[in-house]
Amino acid sequence: MQTVWFCLVAIMVAMYVVLDGFDLGAGAIHLWVARDDGERQQVIRSIGPVWDGNEVWLLAGGGTLYFAFPALYAAGFSGFYLPLMIVLWLLILRGIAVEFRGHLTTPVWLRFWDVVFSGSSLLLAVFFGAALGNVVRGVPLNDQGYFFEALWTNFRLGTNTGILDWYTIIVGVAALATLVLHGALWVALKTENAVHDRSFSLAHGVWWIVLVLTIVLTAITFKVQPGVPANLASHPWGYFFPALALSGLAGMLWFIRKRDELKSFLASCIYIVGMLTSAVFGLYPLVLPASTNPAYSLTVDNAKAPDYGLRVGLAWWIVGMILVAAYHFHVYRSFAGKVKIEESGKGY
Amino acid sequence: MHDALTVDRLHFAYTVTFHYLFPQLTMGLALLIVILKTLALRTGDEQYNDAARFWARIFGINFAMGVVTGIPMEFQFGTNWAQFSRAAGGVIGQTLGMEGVFSFFLESSFLGLFLFGEKRLGPRGHWWAALMVFLGSWMSGYLIVVTDAWMQNPVAYRLGPNGEIILTSFWGLLLNPWGIWQYAHNMSGAVITGAFVMAAIGAFYLLTKQFQTYAKTFVRIGVIAGLVAALFQIIPSGDAQGRMIARHQPVTMAAMEGLFETQKGAPIAVVGQPDVDNQRLDNPLEIPRALSFLTYRRWMSEVKGLDAFPQQDWPDNIPLLYYSYHIMVGLGTIFIAMMILAAWKLWRGTLYDSRGMLWALMLSLPFPYIANTAGWMTAEFGRQPWLIYGLMRTQAGISPQVSSGNVWFTLIGFMGMYTVLSILFLFMVYRVIEKGPETAGGSKQNDSASEFFHEPG
Repeated sequence: MQTVWFCLVAIMVAMYVVLDGFDLGAGAIHLWVARDDGERQQVIRSIGPVWDGNEVWLLAGGGTLYFAFPALYAAGFSGFYLPLMIVLWLLILRGIAVEFRGHLTTPVWLRFWDVVFSGSSLLLAVFFGAALGNVVRGVPLNDQGYFFEALWTNFRLGTNTGILDWYTIIVGVAALATLVLHGALWVALKTENAVHDRSFSLAHGVWWIVLVLTIVLTAITFKVQPGVPANLASHPWGYFFPALALSGLAGMLWFIRKRDELKSFLASCIYIVGMLTSAVFGLYPLVLPASTNPAYSLTVDNAKAPDYGLRVGLAWWIVGMILVAAYHFHVYRSFAGKVKIEESGKGY
Repeated sequence: MHDALTVDRLHFAYTVTFHYLFPQLTMGLALLIVILKTLALRTGDEQYNDAARFWARIFGINFAMGVVTGIPMEFQFGTNWAQFSRAAGGVIGQTLGMEGVFSFFLESSFLGLFLFGEKRLGPRGHWWAALMVFLGSWMSGYLIVVTDAWMQNPVAYRLGPNGEIILTSFWGLLLNPWGIWQYAHNMSGAVITGAFVMAAIGAFYLLTKQFQTYAKTFVRIGVIAGLVAALFQIIPSGDAQGRMIARHQPVTMAAMEGLFETQKGAPIAVVGQPDVDNQRLDNPLEIPRALSFLTYRRWMSEVKGLDAFPQQDWPDNIPLLYYSYHIMVGLGTIFIAMMILAAWKLWRGTLYDSRGMLWALMLSLPFPYIANTAGWMTAEFGRQPWLIYGLMRTQAGISPQVSSGNVWFTLIGFMGMYTVLSILFLFMVYRVIEKGPETAGGSKQNDSASEFFHEPG
C-alpha cells in the first residue's frame, strides 16, 4: 500500500511540475520574449486561465503527502523551513503580480508587476530544483527523524550541508533551464508573431543547454547518490524511466526542427516526467535519505501513515482524480487555441 | 518571547487570522450570489444579473487574497508544527488532503467559468457555475472546520504502540458531532459577514444617492439574510456549540464565562474583568442562574468552575479567552437587535428613507469581521493548553529543530508582506465600489470582472 502511495504522490508531483512548470517557465522568459506591453499581455494571457488551477496541484500534492507520509511531511517541511517560507513569499508575490497587473496599468506599475512576476517565477524554478537536489543528495536527519538546514554553509557536500551547495545549485540551474525550455514551448504554442518567434528560437537555443546539463547532472548524481545507479542495476526494468527522459529530449529537438509546436511541448512534458520518475525510482524505497547515518533515512515503510487511512484514502483519491480530470479537460478545452493579438485590450 | 512555542503560536495566529478575513466574506457572498442568480432566473429581471456581476468582482478580489494567504496555512502544519503533523498527519491529513483534491480544484475550475463565461454558458449554465463555486467553497469550509473539530474533540482514533494516532473510522472523523455544530456556527458567521457587507454597501449607495435601484436590492437581501443568519447564529448553532463545550471541555467553559468557583445556579456575567491572580471577576454585572439554565436546562444545576480543575489544565490566557468570547456574544446580540429593527423598517417600507438606520448599517461593516475573529480566538484559546484536546499539549507539537529566531524572521516577513497586500486590497475594492454596478448585460461587465481574476484571459 505504501508503494502505491509512493507512486501516487510521485505522479501528483510530476503533474505539478509539468503543469505549473510551463507557467513558471513562461514567467521566467516573460521579460525576454515579450518586449512591449501588448506582447507581455499575450504571455500573461497564455497562462491566465490556467495558472492558478495548476498551482492547486501543489496544494493537493502537499495534502496527499501529508496524510500518506506524515513523518516525511513533518521532517521535510520543518527541515526546509527557510527555503519553504521563501517559496511561499515568492508564490504570493507572483500571484498578486498576475492578478493585480490588470488594475494598476500605468507604465511604471506595469513594469513593476512584470519584473516581480518574472523574477519570482525564475527564483521559484531554481528553488524547486534545489529542493529536489536536497532530497536526492540526502539531508542531515537525526535519530528522531528531524533536521534543519541553513540556506547555505560552505557549499560542500558532507554532513553539514546547507540548502544550497554546489550539487543542489547545479540541480537548480538545470531545473530553471528545463522549465525555461518548457515554458518557451508553451508560449510558442499559445502565441503568434514576434512573441512566438522569439520563444521558439529561445527554445531551440536552450535545448542545447538542457542537453549538456542533463549529461552533467546524471554523471554527478550517480556519484552523489550511489543508490540511484544501484537501484537501476538491480532492477533493470527501471531503465525505462531514463529512456523515457531521453526520448523526450530527442523528441523535442526533432519536433522543434520540424516546427511542430504541440508535439515539441508534449515531448518536453515527457522529458520532465522521465527525469522526475528516474529520480524517484532511483531513491525508492527511500523518501528522504539521511546524510548522517543511513539508518536514520526515511523510507516508505517508516514514514507511512497507518494502513486503514491509506486504504480509505485511496477510495476518495480515485474519485477525486476522476473529477479533476474532468475539470481540467473542460477548462483547457474552453481556452484552447492561440491568444490573439487584436484582443490584447480586454476580454477573452 | 524567546521561546519557540510562543513565536510559533504567534506565527500561526497571525497568518490564520489575516487569512480568515477573506474566506468568511467569500463563503458568505457565494451563497448570496447564488440567491441573486436564482432571483434573476426566476424573475427574468436583468438587474439581479448586474448585481451578481458587481458582487462577483468583489468576490474575485477576496478569493485571490484568500488563496495567496491560504497556501501558507497548509505549509505551516509541517514547517512550524512538525511533531504534531507527524503524530496526527494520518488523521487530519485525510481532511486536508480531501480539501485539496475535492474543493480547491472545483473552486478554481468553476470560478474561471463563473467570472469569464457568462455569455458562453447562458443563464442556466452561469447559475450552475455560481452554484459550483458555492459548493466548492462551503465544502472547503467543512473540511477545514472538521479538521479543527478533531483537534477540539478527537474521535475515531486509537493510540498505537509508539504513541502514534491511528485513524479507525473515516466516517467517524468526517461526522464528528463537534464538527457539525462548529460548521453550522462558522458558516452562519460567514453569511453574517456577507450579508452585513452587502447591506453596508447598499446603505452607502443610498446615502450618497448612487445606483439606487441596486442599492435597495443589496440592502433588502443583506437585511433578510443577515437577520436569518444572526438568529441562527445564537439558536440553534451557538447554543449547541456552547453545550458541546460544556460537555467536552468544561474547564474551557468555566474560563470563557469567568466562573472561578463551582456553584449551583451559576450566573452569566454580561460584563466584568477576570482577575486571574485573585481568582475572581471584578465589577461583574450578572444574570443570576442563567449559565446553569443555558448549560443544563435547569436553573439550579451545578456548573463546574475553574477551581474544579487542576491549574495546569486551565487555558493559559484566561483574560483573552474571556474577552474574545464576550465580544463575540455581545456583537452577536447587537447584530440580532439591529437586523430585527432594520427588517421591521423594511417590512413597513421605511427602511430606504431612514437615514439613521442606513448610517448604522453602513458603519456596522467591520463588526462581523471582529465577531468572527473573536469567535475563532475563543475556540483556539479555549483549546489550550492542548493542541489535540486531552491527547497532545501544544508545547509537544512544535518543530524541534526550528529555532525561535528563524520563526521571528518569517513572522516579520509575513507581517510586512500582508501589510502591503492589505493596502493593495483596500485600494482595489475601493475602486470597484466607486465604479458601482453597471446596467446593460454582457460584454462590459465581463471585461471588468476579468480584470480581477486571471487577468484578461
